[in-house]
Amino acid sequence: MIHSRHTLRKRIEWRIVICYFALILFGLVNIYSSSTGEAASLAAAGWSWNTKYGMQLIWFGIVLALDVLLLFAVPSRFYNVFVWWIYFLTLALLAATIFVGTTVNGSKSWLVLGPLRLQPAEFSKIAVSLAIATVMEKFTFSFRNRRDVVRLALLLLVPMGLILLEKETGLALVYMGFLLVFYREGMNRWVLPLGILAIALAILSLVLSPFAAMLILAGVLLIWVTVERRELKILLYGVVAIAALAFLPRLCRIEALAPVLGRLNPEIWLLLLTAPAALFLIIRSLFRKRESLLRHTLVVYLAGAALILSTNTVVYKVLQDHQRLRIESLLGIRDDPMGAGYNVHQSMIAIGSGGFSGKGFLAGTQTRFDFVPEQSTDFIFCTVGEEWGFVGACGVILCYILLILFLISSAEKQNNRFARVYGWCVAACILMHVLINIGMTIGLMPVIGIPLPLVSYGGSSLMAFSILIFIYLRMSYEQRGR
Amino acid sequence: MDRFSYRKVVLIAVILAVFAVIVGKLFYIQIIDRKYRVNAENNALKYETRYPARGLIRDRDGRIIVGNKISYDIMVTPAVIKEPFDTVAFCRIFDVDTAFVKARFREWRLYRSKIGHQPQVLLKQVPARQYSVFAEQMEQFPGFDGIPRTARTYNYHAGGNLLGYISEVDADYIKKNPEYRSGDYAGKTGMEEAFEQTLRGEKGYAIYYRDVHNRIVDRYEEGLYDKPAVAGTDIYTTIDAPLQAFGEKLMQNKVGSLVAIEPSSGDILAMVSSPGIDVSYLAEINKYYSQLVTDPYRPMFNRAVQSPQPPGSVFKLVNALIGLQEGVIQPETRFPCQRGYRVGRLTVGCHAHPSPLDLKQAIMMSCNAYFCHTFRAIIDNPKYGSVREGFEAWSDYVRSFGIGSKLGTDIPGELGGMMPTAERYDRIHGKNAWKSLSIVSLSIGQGELGITPLHLANLAATIANRGYYYIPHIQKDRPECPIDGRFRERHYTPFDSLHYETVIDGMRLAVNGGAGATARIARIPGVIVCGKTGTAENPHGDEHSVFICFAPAENPQIAVAAYIENAGFGATWAAPIASLLVEQYLHDGIAPERKWLENRIESANLLHKVRVKR
Repeated sequence: MIHSRHTLRKRIEWRIVICYFALILFGLVNIYSSSTGEAASLAAAGWSWNTKYGMQLIWFGIVLALDVLLLFAVPSRFYNVFVWWIYFLTLALLAATIFVGTTVNGSKSWLVLGPLRLQPAEFSKIAVSLAIATVMEKFTFSFRNRRDVVRLALLLLVPMGLILLEKETGLALVYMGFLLVFYREGMNRWVLPLGILAIALAILSLVLSPFAAMLILAGVLLIWVTVERRELKILLYGVVAIAALAFLPRLCRIEALAPVLGRLNPEIWLLLLTAPAALFLIIRSLFRKRESLLRHTLVVYLAGAALILSTNTVVYKVLQDHQRLRIESLLGIRDDPMGAGYNVHQSMIAIGSGGFSGKGFLAGTQTRFDFVPEQSTDFIFCTVGEEWGFVGACGVILCYILLILFLISSAEKQNNRFARVYGWCVAACILMHVLINIGMTIGLMPVIGIPLPLVSYGGSSLMAFSILIFIYLRMSYEQRGR
Repeated sequence: MDRFSYRKVVLIAVILAVFAVIVGKLFYIQIIDRKYRVNAENNALKYETRYPARGLIRDRDGRIIVGNKISYDIMVTPAVIKEPFDTVAFCRIFDVDTAFVKARFREWRLYRSKIGHQPQVLLKQVPARQYSVFAEQMEQFPGFDGIPRTARTYNYHAGGNLLGYISEVDADYIKKNPEYRSGDYAGKTGMEEAFEQTLRGEKGYAIYYRDVHNRIVDRYEEGLYDKPAVAGTDIYTTIDAPLQAFGEKLMQNKVGSLVAIEPSSGDILAMVSSPGIDVSYLAEINKYYSQLVTDPYRPMFNRAVQSPQPPGSVFKLVNALIGLQEGVIQPETRFPCQRGYRVGRLTVGCHAHPSPLDLKQAIMMSCNAYFCHTFRAIIDNPKYGSVREGFEAWSDYVRSFGIGSKLGTDIPGELGGMMPTAERYDRIHGKNAWKSLSIVSLSIGQGELGITPLHLANLAATIANRGYYYIPHIQKDRPECPIDGRFRERHYTPFDSLHYETVIDGMRLAVNGGAGATARIARIPGVIVCGKTGTAENPHGDEHSVFICFAPAENPQIAVAAYIENAGFGATWAAPIASLLVEQYLHDGIAPERKWLENRIESANLLHKVRVKR
């Protein structure tokens, strides 16, 4: 194999590299802008290495060298051989952090080694991605094989649990992104829709009421059954039944009936009325072949009801106060711009005030005068939105979309499953980070502190994502060389 | 190609859909919803108020009565003060209690997160003299600053009640006047209140960028959108400042009022309510407020417009005019008087004087019996058929002087006084069970009448004008600041001016006549003063001493009413006071032969004669 300049250029996925550098450079610009707020005047902002943008530039230099090393010096065979070393070393670091880590902003997720401060949780994505790719690469791997599924689940859940113990809820949530990879690789197609339904029911139960959420669940299932069976009669009966049940809360409030009905919540009455019938039908359907659809529907109904009934308990009894307040603030149950909702309130003001084309570089008042907290790390997108406006924000989002789509399309071209799965993992990690981070700054997601990939200030995050991407680029590099 | 590769399309579609939601939300908050832009400005822009200089109050000749002086509010930025400062030295400069300063700092410490770098007011309206001492030592007190505010200064020791005071607006005031903000000052009484709109000017502001700690970072657009404060407009009053001061000197240590009006215009030349608010208290009203409120002589109470009292014998002038106009008496009509008016068991006493008297002599000598006869003739006039009708006709005449209702001056708090009605007598005596004799005390200004000193002065001005008056007012008509149209209207009374001449002759005799003239003490060399004394009986002690007059007789320049409570005969106190005021105004000084009178009045202390609740 001859390494000429020509082939070298062809073997590197430049479109991904370009997106990668574009995001880092734009991130540097915004870190510079958001961390010079303390300067006395808007115009006078000098240069110093001992600042966030100086530090980030140094990190950028280090990462650049690392990128070259990963791309040209570490063959993918290295990861095949050492994947379990890497994985368990990561687990060890995560566990160690729980005991000897330093607490920053309520999260005990930092390991301090002399002048270096690292966040092992950020790096764990790499190890998990490699491990998942290794497991799924095996020829015998199948989602129908229970051993494989359990193994995959453990690979995910153990680091997730450790990260949760470090109180880095956001980074743990990122792991849900691997479900997308599993879906791509053949996981049961109902897992994702049912997961989304579960989230929707939990939110409805909090925002409206458990009773309303149960009626909506019944309605969704009714429509599903109607579509599957193609029988309008079912829909008709169902609508009448649901409409009749909708009067339950009123009945409970009638004074004459209150001594009896008022003892339990309407949703409990609903369950008491419907659950025996559902159970009876489920048991009956076990003996009849044609009724599997009915059985599935009713199982989903009972599981959904259980989820709805447990949601309030979990939110009000199990979650920590600040988490509950954030969820309530996000869902609009509690309007609290000075308390739990302060961050989101200020960040939406910053982004919203940017308008179409923004206030211009170094001219954002909200981010520069510290109205937005954490404006160079988790809330860097506020600076983008305020100073560069809708145009700049969409530019950044477009960059991410392109990066993710390029990664997916490149992964799909890989011959070996290891590289394909790994490529999907990289895309999924970036996607989850972007969705959670941007969603949080514009009030679509609860405030969960995770960085915006490549843009946010922070060495660990920048380095973790660079390694993640450049390991994949090496795989692609090798594939193109063949 | 594996059999699940179709799922990549599903996933990409989902990913794009989720990003579409994010872009949609961005579009909404950045482009459609404008509230975030407004919130951002509220966050980052600080409007610092620029206070205007309040308009001055000048007298009728342009002399400044109320001026401005610079005072300072001492501001502190608690967040800047890291080390303890020399509290004792600070308190010595400003003459305040260390405990007060410490308490304020404790309070700020409690709210430090809310206050941030916002400057707080520590002391208000510090005089420039103290501030200059402080300014020299300012480097010892980092974090302290002085903001110039205008405070009032008073050039004449006069007019406390008339001028009124300004003080910081409270929550109630802001509720009623939403254009005010906490920290603003507004006129609360007197002219400061009446002319607040004119005097206050317009606040301005300077816009700054501030950070989350409320720290000023920079000027916004280099001050392009700043708005300078517009100073208030000066108010010219009709008051003659030296005359007002002279009047207050005469009235010191007496309870009552002294009002002077220029008949040809309705301008109030002087208005004294005694005891009044000492002007030296006005600038620091908060310090003296409780003292003023608890003073048994009620200095905050503007008697000149708020204290209706029986007018006593000066009211005979009104009855004389009504009698003449109704034709029930002629100038030559004589009534007998045997030391009083006696009908059955009723006696209205009178003093010793020749009898019978004609109208002019009756006015000159203030004969009670004469006006009892006159009054009964008016009420029992067969023309009206009933006592009630006669009384209503009499009332209409009285009301034509503005008596019994508010005149509509521009002085805040004016009261209308009391004017009896037929219904009132029905309640006292039974329906239509009263006769002219039942209410005969009205003939000599006693009974159910309550007339304010301003009304009395207006009565004098109406007689001086021979039949009309202008509503008395304290704002001077000037081209740049014209007065309300109602002050330019003549209000006519339904009496022939010939009848006025008759009455005025009687008043002239009362002051300048020979034996029996009641008000000879009011005689001024070189001027013919026309006056009428009154001695109002009251159940609370000695009679009130009343006098109204105007001068000169043919070309009246000034009409005066003096009302001295519980002082005794009208001729003893009210007449000298009113005549001294007239003399001062017309001659710009007191004639040497009357200096003794001035001294006697000034040094007299009649406060002890007034019973007050303590």
